[in-house]
Amino acid sequence: MQFKSHARTLAIALSLALIAGCSSTGGSRDGSMDGTTRADGGVGTGTAGSGQVSGTGVNGDRAGQQADGRIPEVRTIYFDYDRDSIRSEFESVLVAHARYLRSNGNARVVLQGHTDERGTREYNMALGERRANSVKRFLEVQGVSPSQLQVVSYGEERLAVRGNGEDAHAQNRRVVFAY
Amino acid sequence: MKALMTTWLSALLILFSSLAQANLTIEITRGSDRATPIAVVPFSADGESVPEDVAQIISDNLERSGYFAPLERNAMYDRPSSGDQVQYGQWRALDVRYLVVGQVSRAADGYRIRYELMDVSGQRRMIGESVSAGANELRGGAHYISDQIFEAVTGIRGAFSTRIAYVTAQGADQDMQFALYVADADGHNSQQVLSSREPILSPAWSPDGRKLAYVSFETERPAIYVQDVGTGQRAQVASFDGINGAPAWSPDGRQLAMTLSKDGQPDIYVMDVGSRNLQQITNSSSIDTEPAWAPDGRSLIFTSDRSGGPQIYRHNLSSGQSERLTFTGNYNARGRLSPDGESLFLIHRSNSGFQVARQDLGSGRLVVISETRWDESPSVAPNGTMVIFATQQGNSGVLGAVSADGRASYRLPSARGDVREPAWSPFLN
Repeated sequence: MQFKSHARTLAIALSLALIAGCSSTGGSRDGSMDGTTRADGGVGTGTAGSGQVSGTGVNGDRAGQQADGRIPEVRTIYFDYDRDSIRSEFESVLVAHARYLRSNGNARVVLQGHTDERGTREYNMALGERRANSVKRFLEVQGVSPSQLQVVSYGEERLAVRGNGEDAHAQNRRVVFAY
Repeated sequence: MKALMTTWLSALLILFSSLAQANLTIEITRGSDRATPIAVVPFSADGESVPEDVAQIISDNLERSGYFAPLERNAMYDRPSSGDQVQYGQWRALDVRYLVVGQVSRAADGYRIRYELMDVSGQRRMIGESVSAGANELRGGAHYISDQIFEAVTGIRGAFSTRIAYVTAQGADQDMQFALYVADADGHNSQQVLSSREPILSPAWSPDGRKLAYVSFETERPAIYVQDVGTGQRAQVASFDGINGAPAWSPDGRQLAMTLSKDGQPDIYVMDVGSRNLQQITNSSSIDTEPAWAPDGRSLIFTSDRSGGPQIYRHNLSSGQSERLTFTGNYNARGRLSPDGESLFLIHRSNSGFQVARQDLGSGRLVVISETRWDESPSVAPNGTMVIFATQQGNSGVLGAVSADGRASYRLPSARGDVREPAWSPFLN
């Protein structure tokens, strides 16, 4: 796990420490081909990473500044190949959701974990759950009550984008906030 | 003349009276170079019109198995319809080893099919039988005859009268339609078992061929259901927090192995179907999933990433010990054992993609047997000769099948949408 020192608040630093600790059993492993470009080098922040593929057109930093009374507009974050760690550009998205959930104790959210379509279905179901659990732990460290959070993995059953290119794979490796 | 086989055929036809159709077609992609030459002569019908070409169905079945290379019809100079009309010299000259001849005639409540299997070099009749088939049962009759011919020549029980379950899917992301179907092993006579806007996956036949266990997200979360295919009656058997997945029937049909993540990481559990009592089988901090029973019911194989990447393990149910089975490559998942328990079929990540592979459990040698990539969900025919799996053709999900030795293969594409998650039924007759 290679986390950069982007911690902007103590809370984030704590989240990262916890996630890094919990991920010691290994990151998510989408079944990518040997020798294909890994998303953390090839696609990374360029395509799916901006948050714009979710269709909201709002980037993470603005989402982080929304008023506490409204559900943050960015509700999809993306993951690197073979990873369940939160990418630094999505930390502000998670912080915004955490703030909203703390301020609205009756709000409930389902964290829907997804993988790309490579590999076997039930194994991918488990990988999607790892990603959603990674988001759940981040939110809990931010002070969100576990009772507000439910994890449902869809594995590769609800692809956002079809096709076997790396762009499609990158847009499918995601966790969706479903309020 | 052997006993008639109408009873089970009628039972099947009543059970599977068709509602929604999503038939699959068949495209042979590779014939085996070791196939035995056979000629299935068009069956005579005494000038009557018969709705199915019984000889063609038999010929297609035999060809798909990879064990037979049927002679083209336009190469047949002579078209005998009974054994006493056969002039063996003509067929020997065409290098045909076996010959199938027959007749279809109308009977009171359907059809009577007479067939004979002739050994060309021995110049003798091997088997002959008269088969009754109801008005809509001609295909079933042809599959039954295919089973008899297959077994008479190869010594292996035929599996042409079996069925397959599969899932279709259309659309993407939040706008999708899923359906679970059962169909004849050749893709005909499909019948919808369940449809949903939420995912359906992992169908598994009970050993008696009457029930399907599967995972459905219809409550917006995964749960395992058991459904009687004939009556449609069903029950939700597992809906714990987290993953409820990968159901697999024990050989005696009394237990279901499954994946549950209710305690954190996905682990393998065994549920007693009658009492719903759960027994935890694995308990690791890694992913343990995709269980399957050994044919003797004494062990379970499953996929685990406890070594870093997914590999297949075997858990001995009496000793409680697990041993790793696969060591070739860094991705081996979703294993299924052959009926004799000696071969393991699985999805292996190779240099060209995710492919169906066979590992000989005695030697540990792993061989890729599919020629496709992006393969998933291998399921072994009850006689162990073929493996059906999901793969891709262009951007569409299709079913593929390959012989256990990898020499012969075919595809079963659907007219619309993706087809996936095939499960081959046990013997039904």
